[in-house]
Amino acid sequence: MLTASDLSASVLASPSASEPIVVLEDVSVQYRVPKERIGTFKEYAIRALQRRLQFMNFLALKDVNLTIYRGEVFGIIGNNGAGKSTLLKVISRVLRPTKGRVALYGKIAPLLELGAGFHPELSGRENVYLNGALLGYNQSEMDAVFESIVDFAELRDFIDAPVRTYSSGMYARLGFAVATARVPEILIVDEILSVGDESFQRKSSDLMQSFQKQGTTVLIVSHNLTKIQEMCQRAAWLSRGELKMVGDPARVVQAYRENNQ
Amino acid sequence: MTSPAKPIYDSAAHALPALSELRELRHYRFLLFQLIRRDLVARYKRSILGVAWTMLNPLGTMLIMTLVFSNLFKSVESYPVYILSGLIVWNFFSQGTNAAMVGLVWGGSLMQRIYLPRTIFGVSAIGTALVNLLIALIPLTLVMLITGTPIPLTVLFLPVSILLLTAFTLGFGLMLSALAIYFPDVAEMYQILLTAWMYLTPIIYPEEIIPERFLGLYRVNPMYWMVKLFRLPIYNGRIPGMAEILPALAWAVGFLVIGWLFFTSKSDEYAYRV
Repeated sequence: MLTASDLSASVLASPSASEPIVVLEDVSVQYRVPKERIGTFKEYAIRALQRRLQFMNFLALKDVNLTIYRGEVFGIIGNNGAGKSTLLKVISRVLRPTKGRVALYGKIAPLLELGAGFHPELSGRENVYLNGALLGYNQSEMDAVFESIVDFAELRDFIDAPVRTYSSGMYARLGFAVATARVPEILIVDEILSVGDESFQRKSSDLMQSFQKQGTTVLIVSHNLTKIQEMCQRAAWLSRGELKMVGDPARVVQAYRENNQ
Repeated sequence: MTSPAKPIYDSAAHALPALSELRELRHYRFLLFQLIRRDLVARYKRSILGVAWTMLNPLGTMLIMTLVFSNLFKSVESYPVYILSGLIVWNFFSQGTNAAMVGLVWGGSLMQRIYLPRTIFGVSAIGTALVNLLIALIPLTLVMLITGTPIPLTVLFLPVSILLLTAFTLGFGLMLSALAIYFPDVAEMYQILLTAWMYLTPIIYPEEIIPERFLGLYRVNPMYWMVKLFRLPIYNGRIPGMAEILPALAWAVGFLVIGWLFFTSKSDEYAYRV
């Protein structure tokens, strides 16, 4: 059950298929890659003088138009280097697009690669607060969810030990528990559900479903096509920075498979 | 159903980056607190003496400098207080700017994954250095008591000195860390620059030994004025006059404004670069 005091939750309570929550208009992202790596002033100055500064412009996304609606589970597929991660980055505000516009009508919760930002010398407890702060939460928001994080990560006995003593599984569980501690409006999942043992995987997939019931919009990037077909209501196929197809996951996956043969 | 008219985030809405950064920083103030706490706590976590090192460190340096130089600079009255009052200023500056640089590069891996206000690493680095500076005032007081140096009432001026020093260091640190993103060599060059800069600032030697023809050069050194703002009220027992406050104020405000504008104007690029 959602509490009335949870402001974002009341927004989530009425999922609607027609309400846009992520809108991309003609989004292009251009990486400017120097042909040779220039790392010193001297080199830079010499080359700038000689006008030999050469750059390769690499378009990671080309004129992408995409609308994702509130409450959807949306999958993104494509080969390596197709621009999937770049797409997630412009949506999660990490990159500002070179061209076009990204508009968000809800708060984004990226699943921070599990445990990124943890400090090994600090205790689990201290790291929970630090990681929560990195995700944009404040003290009282973290106080409210702290106990449930510890329970979900199954680390009650170790929470005051420094995380350098944790096993990689404990590390990942704690990271996941922090990232999913609050019901997010938009959840971004980049191929990470493969961590932990079987029971933890089941737990996290249950959690995903419960978020969805509460109206969270979920964006999944995965190479696991079966999973995309199972979980998503719509899917998009990216190829070399261009959006090839958007729609029913089964058809998108089929088209993608045929193309790859 | 209509979508809300105003998006929470709009990549095309370019408010002044220098101003929107302030708003974001305010929103992330809990993170700021957490980062400062992490830096203070984690640094000494495995040492037995813990935070006491913040005090022992300048004390040790002071002790060595006193042993080496007090004979040379016999003219300087209560040399330990003289040197310590300059050393804490220098330590704040060099620690703060270095940590700002390292912090942004470290934060690079996070900036690739999640959105964070880019200035938060610089601001938290200076915040950590500020806490260390305040702690370092304790051994300074002790040294004054032990050496029988009277503690003048003029130390009440110190909050102003600290404010100006912090503003200058933050501006300088932001500029430096932005440069270090583009040219990794800056980090190495800066260490050499710092050493030279320290010896060009009257910290371990008295100002009187500076040859007159070099005095002009000293006056364009911002750290010369920053050290003065501390040493006058602590060591000389005199409130700095306008002749000392104005140059320090100009350096502080100038660097803070330019550093902030420069850093935030580039901040969209960092995630592409690191």
